[in-house]
Amino acid sequence: MSARETILRKVRASLDAERNAEQRAETVAERLARAPRGLIPARGKLPQEERIALFCAHLTKLAATWRRVGSADEVPEAVATYLRERNLPASFRMGSDKRLADLPWSGQRSLEIRTGPSDGTDEVGLSHANSGIAETGTLVMLSGAGNPTTINFLPEHHIVVVEAGRIDGDLETAVGRVRRRFGRGGMPRTVNFISGPSRSGDIEQKIILGAHGPRALHVIVVG
Amino acid sequence: MVEITSPRFKQNAAGALADEQLQKAMNNVRSKFIDKRREAAEALPEFEALRDRAKAIKDHTLDHLDLYLEAYEKKVVETGGFVHWAQTAAEARGIVLDICRMANARTVTKGKSMITEEIGLNGFLETMGIRPVETDLGEYIIQLRGEHPSHIIAPAVHLTKEQVEEDFRRVHDHLPADRDLTEPEALLGEARKVLRAEYFNADVGITGANFLVAETGSSIIVTNEGNGDLTQILPRVHIVVASIEKIVPTLEDASQILRVLARSATGQEMSTYTTVSTGPRRNGDVDGPESYHVILLDNGRSAMLGTEFQEMLRCIRCGACMNHCPVYHSVGGHAYGWVYPGPLGAVLTPSLIGVEKGGHLPNASTFCGRCESVCPMRIPLPKMMRHWREREFERGLNPATQRYGLRLWAFFARHPDLYRAVTGTVVPLLSLMAPKSGRFGWLPLAGGWTRHRDLPAPEKRTFMQQLRDREAVSRQAAA
Ligand code: SF4
Repeated sequence: MSARETILRKVRASLDAERNAEQRAETVAERLARAPRGLIPARGKLPQEERIALFCAHLTKLAATWRRVGSADEVPEAVATYLRERNLPASFRMGSDKRLADLPWSGQRSLEIRTGPSDGTDEVGLSHANSGIAETGTLVMLSGAGNPTTINFLPEHHIVVVEAGRIDGDLETAVGRVRRRFGRGGMPRTVNFISGPSRSGDIEQKIILGAHGPRALHVIVVG
Repeated sequence: MVEITSPRFKQNAAGALADEQLQKAMNNVRSKFIDKRREAAEALPEFEALRDRAKAIKDHTLDHLDLYLEAYEKKVVETGGFVHWAQTAAEARGIVLDICRMANARTVTKGKSMITEEIGLNGFLETMGIRPVETDLGEYIIQLRGEHPSHIIAPAVHLTKEQVEEDFRRVHDHLPADRDLTEPEALLGEARKVLRAEYFNADVGITGANFLVAETGSSIIVTNEGNGDLTQILPRVHIVVASIEKIVPTLEDASQILRVLARSATGQEMSTYTTVSTGPRRNGDVDGPESYHVILLDNGRSAMLGTEFQEMLRCIRCGACMNHCPVYHSVGGHAYGWVYPGPLGAVLTPSLIGVEKGGHLPNASTFCGRCESVCPMRIPLPKMMRHWREREFERGLNPATQRYGLRLWAFFARHPDLYRAVTGTVVPLLSLMAPKSGRFGWLPLAGGWTRHRDLPAPEKRTFMQQLRDREAVSRQAAA
């Protein structure tokens, strides 16, 4: 008998699974099909403006920085300003996301834009989030050529654009967005829920930013 | 393999108490983890209700584990991944080796994973000519030292920064000798640079999983450094090693448990990186692994189902029980002698390596109940330690165990350092139970023996020293 069969047989025997076999199968199929929601904390259940404010307040607590701009057209200027203020080279990496590619970059002539996945040499990466989560200040990033996962982790500075209208109150609503886009049970290769810059507390429990991922996370909220 | 020293808990504990560096380092657990968890729990009004939900989700999953495992496997295969089943640690190691050989792997990077500690993967790979590189900062440090983690989420918690500096100077001998490494920032910066090169070098990346999601066939890891992510997106092959009880039905269920996991572990509302991985890279993807393998390990879990130890399988490895354990605070993780320390280890170790080797650990407890009061999954840890003693009784070993428990207690009581350390946190709780007479009718570890004989209460002076902490301790007890 294969290891698979042996393990499953042992599990079934321990659970006395032969009894109620039909009902057990039904219960499981139903739960997988419906994916019932659990308890959603009240803190994210807010009108949009307050939700955005909560999201930004959490970012600050997480040692991330943020800036809100009125429209997507202002993003290139916001990126250039971030680089200038931190004395960073006028260069960054981004994927092929149309929402980023279509921005008016021509207004920032000195900016060098490198496209494709990160190879580890980029000081700054730019990504577009699928959504934000107000209850914890979390960004939801989906993998793909549009926003390669390497850009989330290899650059020292990660700048993320998120639309104000896509800042949800809670984790379950954000999960619902992914499910609607990819169909039930479908997922992109990687979904990164990112809450603040990389950190470690492994040496004497002292929190230090920039462990293996970005030392700095900057969020541009659009709208 | 990890050398098992659990049967020598008493000697291990004595050594730990005499170890000044360890005692200094353990202060960080005593102070930091406890306050952070309490603050996080207090900041979320629904926290207690979410613990109930989390418990119910796992109970439901365990009751239907065979069906969820099958559903999960089907989804992984649908998304282009492979599922391998392993009954034992040896089988799991063999599967990892086969995959590495197929990939012609020389270097393997690893994200933090207790399950690969459980199966003794690193030592095995080394003997097979494959170089495993731990990438979590704490794991990296202990790998350099040839040690094992002393805490399930903070593997190097037993070390001071001076010890880490010494190791880095010894191992990173290509760097200038006069560099300044006095601050943790400098140590982290150096490890970051060294490990960056390894991620790109590696042919295979191995991670554990905090959850496996049956609905989508996904594995989820929760980290703060980002090393687990670089480990799984840069090499060509991603291997997930996970035990069978990591399954949850849906993403909604994972979301519920995530809300109590980070808060209980580090006091964060959400860890920095929660990563959901499903299959290999897709058509059109420009990064991510080309192949994705999951090894589902039993290693004793199926035998715990349907017994009084089934509830232990709800454990999400948050570490809260050890962070709040006075015995763990005093002796650190290595004294427990195997992979899982603290109250969680005291219950799990005898189940996984056998009662002959791990049977002493359930006695390494003061039965103060703080582990259960903070366990997000509401696992009745003290009750389960008692179950082990009952099992011993049934096996006819009870008199010896009882004697062992008493001997252990006598040892605790005689040893002034440990006595102070343990009673320092327990006294305020005990004093609520029998404060007036100055004697306690019930004492940790002595079991039924104190029914017949009172032991003197700890000295007043010790108690007075603890008074200023008392408020904090009662707040923790209430949390
Ligand atoms: S037993 Fe409970 S507190 Fe301890 S690690 Fe497991 S879930 Fe956390």
